[in-house]
Amino acid sequence: MIVGGSAGAVGCIEALRAVDRKKTIALIGEEGDRIYSRALIPYYLGGRIHGDKMLYRPPDFCKQMGVTPWPGRRAVGLDPVRKTVVLDGGEELQYGKLLLATGGRSIVPPVPGLDKKNVFTFVSMADALALAETLPTARAAVVLGGGVIGLMAAETLKNRGLAVTVVELAPRVLAPVVDETASAMVEELFRAEGVPVHTGTTIAQVLGDERAEAVVLTSGETVSCDLVVVAVGVVPRVELAKAANIAVNRGILVNEKMETSAPDVYACGDCAEGYDFVIDGNRPLPLWPNAYVGGRVAGFNMAGVPREYRWATSMNAMHFFDLYIINAGLNVTRDTADRFEIVSRYDREARAYRKFALRDGRLVGFVLVGRVARAGILLRLMREKVDVSSFKHELLDEHFGYASMPERLRWELLAQDVRLGVV
Amino acid sequence: MGKIVAKPEVCIGCHLCQIWCAVAHSRSRDVLKAFFYEDPPPPRIVVEERLPLTFAFPCRHCAEPDCVFACISGALYKDPQSGHVLHDESRCVGCYSCVMACPYGAIVIDSENRKVVKCDLCEGLDLPMCVARCPNQALAYLAENDS
Repeated sequence: MIVGGSAGAVGCIEALRAVDRKKTIALIGEEGDRIYSRALIPYYLGGRIHGDKMLYRPPDFCKQMGVTPWPGRRAVGLDPVRKTVVLDGGEELQYGKLLLATGGRSIVPPVPGLDKKNVFTFVSMADALALAETLPTARAAVVLGGGVIGLMAAETLKNRGLAVTVVELAPRVLAPVVDETASAMVEELFRAEGVPVHTGTTIAQVLGDERAEAVVLTSGETVSCDLVVVAVGVVPRVELAKAANIAVNRGILVNEKMETSAPDVYACGDCAEGYDFVIDGNRPLPLWPNAYVGGRVAGFNMAGVPREYRWATSMNAMHFFDLYIINAGLNVTRDTADRFEIVSRYDREARAYRKFALRDGRLVGFVLVGRVARAGILLRLMREKVDVSSFKHELLDEHFGYASMPERLRWELLAQDVRLGVV
Repeated sequence: MGKIVAKPEVCIGCHLCQIWCAVAHSRSRDVLKAFFYEDPPPPRIVVEERLPLTFAFPCRHCAEPDCVFACISGALYKDPQSGHVLHDESRCVGCYSCVMACPYGAIVIDSENRKVVKCDLCEGLDLPMCVARCPNQALAYLAENDS
């Protein structure tokens, strides 16, 4: 049984079916049985994709995979001793193995007026549809939150012709994700695109009766608007696990097999807190690839094929207007830089930035802004804990690849992929 | 599942694999027409170069494809029959999560269309075009059970 119907659930189902076609799979998906990708919401609202292109898997995915969906239903109770899940209609379902892939819930700060009709979050299809309905008549928007989702929302609204203002409580945008230099590049870009970015402030009050008409910032400024998007983050949805006395920190705690503290109960994705190899400990990693792979690893283990997820860490592929950013591992900022060896190059003119943080010669974090091609090679070096100290300055070359590495390392890494000794 | 392996010692860095890859994925599939009358598509094979070293590097069609796992749109998938890692460009939104994930740097950015392109092993042809046209046999195609 799988509770939740997004990336983690699909990863689990595809792994289960790779091992076994016969066992029954139940999918409790409160958003229905057509599995869409919430990561596509900005592209949908921006008009880049339409209708069925929002689907992450074909409309008949459940049928193809032999999955029994419980569309529109919510799990409200879990008993890991009797191995039962209770649905919102009162049915009690028995499971053999259970995956909790319940995702995250948007945080809405306790600010007066953020419950008005034209205030939206930006993570579910319901959010997207509600926002889409309001867009044609709106001229100005305030986006609360200058993180990845907030900035993607801001760009989308700007491209739809709205006047957009971004409000971020931290002193800079993307603060948890990238360093000061990269943040400044992004802020400069938004301002150049005509999107004012207010940092170090937040919404103190929302003005208007039923609908938000303006926001008053803690800095004293008032910004008028026809809608507000709240994108200050998500918290793991842990209620089911918590009520069942399963170990929960910020997210549901899982080991490398994606097992929770309760036997035969697994968790993955935004609701979970799993192993991050860079920090050598657990932390929430609410990211699409980690949700899918976490679900996949859980699925193999559920089917009796032992797997461990030991290569997860923080990672983001982002783009704002024409600027591309890929980062992974630790976000080393000015405050933490002295604990690492930093190799970086910033070309303001070319809007290109590459920064690498090394510890004991190993890559523990990087950020690329501008040219991001072949970034996965860097992630691989990080995952395989390769000592890069002898070629660290090569990393700064935007054409960095296997040819830039010392010969021995290169052929070691590509042993399966090249054939040597033919002449 | 087949894949292409490179032989760096005999690669002469001529980039003909890239030319023919573009031709294979052009509308006309004709080298002259593709380069004179069409905008040839970006080649899906990378040539790594640090002279005198050169070698061509296409997708490995991994058994556990990180690019597919990272894809947010469902555009990338592993074909259950052939095992090939394929890309439905009509679903690609150009988020470049696959670029972040691919350990070989084998996903190619098509900046003009803000999408990615990747090796499809020239499905439908007897041999992938890059292999067939390499003048020095620096690329070899290994079919499923070849060692």
